[in-house]
Amino acid sequence: MSTDVDAGRRRFLTTSASVVGGVAAVGMAVPFVAAWQPSERARAIGAPVEVDISKIEPGQMLTQKWRGKPVWIVRRPPEVLEALPGLDDRLRDPASTQKQQPDYARNEYRSIKPEILVLIGICTHLGCSPSYVKRDQAPLGTGWPGGFFCPCHGSRFDYAGRVYSGVPAPTNLEVPPHKYLSDTRILVGADEGSA
Amino acid sequence: MKAMLTGLLEWTDARFPLTKLWNEHLAQYYAPKNFNFWYYFGSLALVMLVIQIGSGIWLTMFYKPSAAEAFASVEYIMREVPMGWFIRYMHTTGGSFFFAVVYLHMFRGMIYGSYKSPRELIWIIGMLIYLCMMVEGFFGYLLPWGQMSYWGAQVIISLFGALPFGLGEPLTLWIRGDYVVADATLNRFFALHVAAVPLALLALVVAHIMALHEVGSNNPDGVEIKKDKDLNGIPRDGIPFHPYYTVKDIWGLAVCLILFAAVLFFAPTFFGYFIEQPNFVPADPLKTPEHIAPVWYFTPYYAILRAIPDKLTGVIAMFASVLIFFFLPWLDRHPIKSIRYRGTLFRLLIGVFVITFIVLGYLGTQAPTAAKSELGFRLGELYFSFFLILWLYSKQRTTGFNYTVLGIVAVLFVFFDVIRFDSENGALMLVSSLLVIGYFVVFVLGSMYTKLNEPKPVPERVT
Repeated sequence: MSTDVDAGRRRFLTTSASVVGGVAAVGMAVPFVAAWQPSERARAIGAPVEVDISKIEPGQMLTQKWRGKPVWIVRRPPEVLEALPGLDDRLRDPASTQKQQPDYARNEYRSIKPEILVLIGICTHLGCSPSYVKRDQAPLGTGWPGGFFCPCHGSRFDYAGRVYSGVPAPTNLEVPPHKYLSDTRILVGADEGSA
Repeated sequence: MKAMLTGLLEWTDARFPLTKLWNEHLAQYYAPKNFNFWYYFGSLALVMLVIQIGSGIWLTMFYKPSAAEAFASVEYIMREVPMGWFIRYMHTTGGSFFFAVVYLHMFRGMIYGSYKSPRELIWIIGMLIYLCMMVEGFFGYLLPWGQMSYWGAQVIISLFGALPFGLGEPLTLWIRGDYVVADATLNRFFALHVAAVPLALLALVVAHIMALHEVGSNNPDGVEIKKDKDLNGIPRDGIPFHPYYTVKDIWGLAVCLILFAAVLFFAPTFFGYFIEQPNFVPADPLKTPEHIAPVWYFTPYYAILRAIPDKLTGVIAMFASVLIFFFLPWLDRHPIKSIRYRGTLFRLLIGVFVITFIVLGYLGTQAPTAAKSELGFRLGELYFSFFLILWLYSKQRTTGFNYTVLGIVAVLFVFFDVIRFDSENGALMLVSSLLVIGYFVVFVLGSMYTKLNEPKPVPERVT
């Protein structure tokens, strides 16, 4: 056995073996990380849902499940719509500049038809589902103009899902993509842009 | 018979270091002779871990990790599995006791400076154990699939949604494996709760004890017993862990188990603190409970999260309030370890920190009101100020240095108040600021203009 050690060759082989092995180890992380993504089944269940809105009375709210989240559909009476602009200076983002709605809902009512409000009922703070609190009702009481109140951390939203200033929620409630199939039926989860 | 057993031991020792391990870690591990009450909690934590693993293995035999069946399978364990209620309550009570014991164990480390050189790594490994326990508790809390399980998980996972640059949403989707907390989430949390995290926890506990036995235990006097050895190389102030401390710890364990049994048999939900009432209602993704609060051992951090009216800052502050403990060995560099020989102000500082932590914990269980959120914010400021003062007390500071620190703190805290100012709460903010002002007057000016922060002489040997 020769006692001559070719140190350069040994270092090269050690380094190259480590690098190749390291690349393989990182590659092995791919399937483990990918397995945590939503499965094909979860994606399929996330398909759009059709809702009949003809039976919603003015002031009433209907809750529909889409992608496991509550979607609220509220028929807003005319006096509620008239009161909306008056709240602007108490809101964080009255003009809906943050992209929390599709472009067709970026207007003063945050909806396609002014009276029909469609919102995802998940607080933008930490994902609780706020409660629908009508004007002057408990727990907010007299002076509350009506809207949504999150019981977890006290965030407040107006009748268009716009967030008040000085509460933990950073942005307005999200308007999901939706479109009208007819005057009384809407499709939540898809719009003209998507198939 | 005896010869046979001796023969068996010799046979084993030739093949496995059994006697060697026994001696190194028990019979010839010399621990300081002056351990007091606070030294029960290390071995108690170990027993709690064993209880959790044992009861946990039995629960997995009956529990079904699926959104459709989880809640019913827990009720099945409670009502139909023979003694199932006992095993389940052992696990829920054990979880809370484990945290209680570990909090007391950490408090011991803080008052006797057990994190200081050469024990920094013991402290760091211990903090990793604490983090693993928090993760373990969080995963485990989802498994019963009750209302609080569901919405608690929803809130905590949403914390990661606060990450900037569009990373937050994809990350929460990846953690949940669905658009909301769902079957996929429950299933993976189960896997992590019963396999991944316990394995990490066990490995870390072994590392914690190995590191401890390498450098030796600290003690209530903070004196290094290894500096004074007799002719045989045995510390003069040390006694073998076994039988002296094994017997002492068994006594402590007996008392602890009596308390454990009292909770298990007579108040298993512990008035809604160990198991929250809404968790007896099955998870409903469309309806949030009136009031969401985590289990008691998370509430101090939760109160800090909630007190800050900005999502990302709140999340950062919450994680920082946990992770700052990792830096304790480098924040508190005062050469004296034990609280016994540090000044009166140091004792007061630790006392105020304990009160801050407990009151924050209380606030975290309560529904948010303007006054409680304000108090939470101020206590959050005191929480972080504690670590600042510890660092400030590390050595003798000049008057100019102290005033510079005070000035920086004042500017920073006034800045926080300006950006979160709300005309409705202006008066409240002004009144509550007295708490913070008082704190700094006592701890900074107090150490400059009184002798209250003067250390006492440290003895050569343990007392």
